[in-house]
Amino acid sequence: MHEPQPETVQIHINGKSVRVATGSTVAVALTLTEQACRISVRHEERGPLCAMGICMECRVTIDGVPSRLACQTLCQPNMDVRTHG
Amino acid sequence: MASVRQHSFDVLIVGGGPAGMAASSTAAAHGHKVAIVDDNPSLGGQIWRGRSFSSASKRAADKTAAAWYRKVQNAQITHLSGLRVFDSAQAGVLLAESQDGPNSQYGQWELHYRKLILATGAQERFLPFPGWTLRNVLGAGALQSMVKSGLPVAGKRIVVAGSGPLLLAVAAYMRAHGAQVVEICEQASMGQLAAFAFGLLASPERILQGMQYKLQLLGTPYRTGCWPVAAYGTQRLETVVLSDGRRTREIPCDYFACGFHLVPNVELPALLGCHLKNGFVEVDPLQQTSVPDIYCVGEPTGIGGLEQALVEGEIAGLASTGRVEQAQPLQRERKKMQSFTERLEKAFALRPELRRLPDAQTIVCRCEDVTFSQVREYASWRAVKLHTRCGMGPCQGRICGTAGEFLLGWNANSVRPPILPVRFQTMAVAPAIQEIKSQNG
Amino acid sequence: MSSSYDAIILGAGIVGAACALECARGGMRIAVVEGDVVGGGATAAGMGHIVIMDDSMAQLELTRYSQLLWAELAPELPEDTEYETTGTIWVAADQQEMEEVYRKQAVYGQQGIVTKVLDRPALRKMEPNLHPGLAGGLLVPSDAVLYPPCAARYLLEQAVRHDAVVVPKKAVRIGNGRVELNDGAILESQRIVNATGTAASDLTADLPMRKRKGHLVITDRAPGFVRHQLVELGYLRSAGSSTADSVAFNVQPRKTGQMLIGSSRQYDADHKEVDRSMLVRMLQRVQQYLPGIADLSVIRTWTGFRASTPDKLPLIGPYSDDPTIFLATGHEGLGITTSLATAKLLMNYFTGSRSAIPLEPYLPSRILLEAQHA
Repeated sequence: MHEPQPETVQIHINGKSVRVATGSTVAVALTLTEQACRISVRHEERGPLCAMGICMECRVTIDGVPSRLACQTLCQPNMDVRTHG
Repeated sequence: MASVRQHSFDVLIVGGGPAGMAASSTAAAHGHKVAIVDDNPSLGGQIWRGRSFSSASKRAADKTAAAWYRKVQNAQITHLSGLRVFDSAQAGVLLAESQDGPNSQYGQWELHYRKLILATGAQERFLPFPGWTLRNVLGAGALQSMVKSGLPVAGKRIVVAGSGPLLLAVAAYMRAHGAQVVEICEQASMGQLAAFAFGLLASPERILQGMQYKLQLLGTPYRTGCWPVAAYGTQRLETVVLSDGRRTREIPCDYFACGFHLVPNVELPALLGCHLKNGFVEVDPLQQTSVPDIYCVGEPTGIGGLEQALVEGEIAGLASTGRVEQAQPLQRERKKMQSFTERLEKAFALRPELRRLPDAQTIVCRCEDVTFSQVREYASWRAVKLHTRCGMGPCQGRICGTAGEFLLGWNANSVRPPILPVRFQTMAVAPAIQEIKSQNG
Repeated sequence: MSSSYDAIILGAGIVGAACALECARGGMRIAVVEGDVVGGGATAAGMGHIVIMDDSMAQLELTRYSQLLWAELAPELPEDTEYETTGTIWVAADQQEMEEVYRKQAVYGQQGIVTKVLDRPALRKMEPNLHPGLAGGLLVPSDAVLYPPCAARYLLEQAVRHDAVVVPKKAVRIGNGRVELNDGAILESQRIVNATGTAASDLTADLPMRKRKGHLVITDRAPGFVRHQLVELGYLRSAGSSTADSVAFNVQPRKTGQMLIGSSRQYDADHKEVDRSMLVRMLQRVQQYLPGIADLSVIRTWTGFRASTPDKLPLIGPYSDDPTIFLATGHEGLGITTSLATAKLLMNYFTGSRSAIPLEPYLPSRILLEAQHA
């Protein structure tokens, strides 16, 4: 059986459009586009560590709501993602 | 303001991985009202998640997965996805928060149960080393989760390191997805692996063969007695440095997948008052914990892997619905697996050299950026938390606490609600417990 | 090694640590007995609000005096003490509470304490996240905040620099110049200072103290969300009540950008678990004042016990039955603020030197005498 080509979904990261495969998490979109999720207390760039909702490193602002976990949030059409919050 | 949604179940399962799936589909078989609550968008846990992205769906492991997905689909099970359980309101009531999708209100969910099955799984153990906070240094299972969640890795150079059988599974998975797995580094020595797990004639090749990864990992070096000592890069990862205790090698790579075996997620069991022993939830042969009507299955009872998780899930599914006799053959099966769990633990015990991985400036607590030099003088978890802020951030010590247990002997098991960060508005909702009681008569 | 000291301080909370430093700096040979984490008791459950309070004139004098001592010490405090002069805004919900603002301003003014009345627009400008319907408030610019466990540790470290000895043991019995430790060892002194907070009653019988439970909540970082410690004017009513369980809006900006949230008061709640109904009441109160806080994350909740006395004043000085036992406890919710003044007054008593404010209102004999007369 041949697997159907996954469709894509467009989201906005810090105002820039990004297109990823449907079903991708926001953490995937950020990693693909080589962007940090947050800036740490000592001003280091941070990305996902555990990818399962435990380390909280991937928290970003999604549609205006702060501290959402990029690794547990699926990209939805026109989602607005803000990093470094 | 956040709303309250109330639901009542005969059997509630926390955790939608294999153990939780087995428990729920087994419990639901006789018309009991059953629900699975899980914080991820879909079922499958870390091991089976995101099957839609898997191109290697014909593998043997996936047959097992497919069978259990079918069972769950065919059973009458309420699946509450994207819900994070954060507190227990009283015996028989868990509180969860939904974080589902854009523009949706956060809500408090009151989940009432007669029987509770905890299938909360495990997390990877992370140990701090210089550079471990760089982007693209992540857990071994974590990188696999990312790929399962849509991250393409074709052509990427990946080093897999740390400890445990998961490294092999991850490496094979990356290879299957077109990545160039440069090498796999297992911190355990060959002697250690041989003595406890794979017989006296152990060799890297035999281990790969024994674990059915030989063909999938053909051409990828599997080094035992080898561990990471540093990662370098400016904005993100560029190279990793590996050591065997005698010499070091620096290897360029795109991703460094590094986890030191698994530690159980026992925050919820601990919050509910379940007795722990050596960090694991103590259960009887029917998976019953020290707290009446609460069962625990899978990794929180011992890191035993997929098969054990499934069997334990089935046992609890039967026991929680009064079918104790049917559970007996499964209990025998479960007992046979016990020694595997113990051997696994010994085989992948961490070597003492790893206690010297962090240097003075290495960040131990990633939430609060507390360095090793700040924490190493404190003997107790409580003291280090109060005086350095280590463990006081949003992960509540899940990363630095487990590292500190190994590095400095802390006993990082303090649990307080909320067991995960929760929205202020969710926390500020008064429980409406009385109402549902009267509804139920 | 001699086990005899000029004074033995029991407890290394912020009060014990301050007493140890004051005595050691005065040339006394000091032992501090603490079997647990430094600053791990009520100190760890205090908000660290260095606040002037005017429930009584004696309370006003003590808090004012101690605040000045903190301001003097501030330049030498290490960074992890997170000392910051944020000021307090006593928030008035309506016109009736605005009258309380003017009353408070007059009382503070008589003591030479600078305050500023804020009308609705002024309050809004200073704290844009407060509910726009609030009537105004009173700004007390000299109030400060700090992180108590690190402050206690610093005071103790300074005491050790002045040759104080820390004995990491638990005192099990005290009296007649002797302190018996949990390992059976005996320390001797003619001045044994019981500064063990709510645990003081375990070592000294019949203290006029009750435990008063409080809840605290801390959020994730949201720098600038509030800028001053914000307390509702109804707080005094809440704190002053001797019977009912109460909550009051009390939010503090931490230097980290987090918000520390109080406060609840419960008598006779002995278990230290978080009480959901109190927590919910407290958080709902906060949401009324700061609606925008709803989307922020709560990352931790915890509880602690205040040692409260009938007249809301601490017990500082000799305990009548035994001339070798002294008290430095009963600070209720003001232990962090008044720790430094407590230490000064105790030292004044020991040396017979003149104190900056009268000692009498805080002497334990005031309550013990009252109890005998009753």
